[in-house]
Amino acid sequence: MLPLPWERAGERVIAIAVEFDHITCSFTGRGGAASYTAVKDVSLEIGAGEFVSVVGPTGCGKSTLLIVAAGLLKPSSGTLRVLGEPLAGINRQAGYMFQTEALMPWRSALANVTAGLEFRGVSPEEARSRGEQWLERVGLAGFGDRFPHHLSGGMRKRTAVAQRLILDPPILLMDEPFSALDIQTRQLMENELLDLWNADRKSVIFITHDLEEAISLSDRVVVLSAGPAARPIGEFEIDLPRPRDVSEIRHSPRFVELHDKIWHSMKEEVLKGYAQTRNRVSA
Amino acid sequence: MKRRLWFWQLSLLVALFAVWQLLSQPELIPPIVWDNPHRAAFFFGEPVKMFRVIWEWFVGGAIYEHLWVTLQETALAFVIGSVLGLAVGLWLGLTPTASALLDPYITAMNAMPRVVLAPIFMVWFGLGIWSKVALGVTLVFFIVFFNVYQGVKEVSPVVLNNALMLGANRRQLLRYVYLPSATSWVFSSLHTAVGMAFVGAVVGEYLGSARGVGYLIQQAEGAFDINTVFAGMIVLTVFALVLDFAVGRVERRLLVWRPAQSETEQL
Repeated sequence: MLPLPWERAGERVIAIAVEFDHITCSFTGRGGAASYTAVKDVSLEIGAGEFVSVVGPTGCGKSTLLIVAAGLLKPSSGTLRVLGEPLAGINRQAGYMFQTEALMPWRSALANVTAGLEFRGVSPEEARSRGEQWLERVGLAGFGDRFPHHLSGGMRKRTAVAQRLILDPPILLMDEPFSALDIQTRQLMENELLDLWNADRKSVIFITHDLEEAISLSDRVVVLSAGPAARPIGEFEIDLPRPRDVSEIRHSPRFVELHDKIWHSMKEEVLKGYAQTRNRVSA
Repeated sequence: MKRRLWFWQLSLLVALFAVWQLLSQPELIPPIVWDNPHRAAFFFGEPVKMFRVIWEWFVGGAIYEHLWVTLQETALAFVIGSVLGLAVGLWLGLTPTASALLDPYITAMNAMPRVVLAPIFMVWFGLGIWSKVALGVTLVFFIVFFNVYQGVKEVSPVVLNNALMLGANRRQLLRYVYLPSATSWVFSSLHTAVGMAFVGAVVGEYLGSARGVGYLIQQAEGAFDINTVFAGMIVLTVFALVLDFAVGRVERRLLVWRPAQSETEQL
């Protein structure tokens, strides 16, 4: 395992992993349509080794923030800093978990997991052995030669997780990675994610619309306002003890308390977002 | 179930030939159409005689040389046409300026009936196999080209972004994402492409050659030997079926990663 970039000899030398500095993203409308501002003037800091969830009503620009952090989208204005450096091009420090299927369908599970190593010029033998180790870690030992369409949704997600973590990125960007899974598989995956995260404490930005998921996983929950021009309207420290079991922690009194508090601040925005979506549909 | 279907399919074929044979007998069709009772057999041939021709071809061994030439032409036209189509399709798919510039030319060339090129190819490449290969290539190229071009444009953006995030550079994107994705499109056009290569070979032979099944048909036609013309057609048809079957086998091997429609096995 690579040493985390914010540590020197066990000491934390960089406090902030990802910093959004007054980020605004506007999209020019097609064919003379008015431009659309997805997020406006967002300033947000993700600490080194911190697990932060971003929640907000649908269509509020959560994913926009994440693709900016990945370097796949250049913000209209503002700066994104990764480990203190302004980001230019693709964020090489980050692994990105997509919401939809992102595996290469023509590659077996193993070849998908080792793709990143291959891109980096790691020898095939080493890539193979590390790939098999990772498949085992995500519970897919023996499934390496299967193609994605032969795997269930949960197994494809596990493959995607291994595909990312094999590269050992210090920052993980996750865009509703488990939203397509059924509730049982989802809780299993959440627990496994927490275990993996606990092992080496990467920085995680986790996008979700599910408040319970956000609270049970994170150190901090950031609430975004309804779009357009979404911005953070609240931040909540989650002081629940770790290690956590996501299916049990939901019943603890402190969880319920936090949930009420955050939901209260969100509710208005959710209703606003809902009204806007409805207007957009009826217009 | 499948066996029974096979049986009925075969029976239908046999029945068709039997009716054909029967109708070609002299004076079975009343002499209102033809005054000469042997005209039916003259125009439409007699299956028994056709199969005798085929039998003699295969037992006497005269056909193998011609089949081999046709096969060579088909294979060469297919390979060269596919590689060119793949390369140009990838290039134009990835460079919007070039594709915008060349778009009307490609449309025009595709719309042009390629068979009229055959005489030019005869002049350029002679009466040997290469003029037929060239004709086949012009037919195969466009099928593969359009498929690859479309395929490149429709590569899933998520898969592409994922590869980017995993650290792929431009060359690696081409090799690990665009090329496999485009190849799958080539294979989806495989049956049509092989068929077109075959058409190019046979039409080329028919228009001027010294060997090949198309040449056999052309010779027989010149001698008003309708039975040999039909025999040649039957041999070509069976040959095309065998080719198509072989392509299907190759396709199934190379596209194992593709979900079959009725597949239920999931673990």
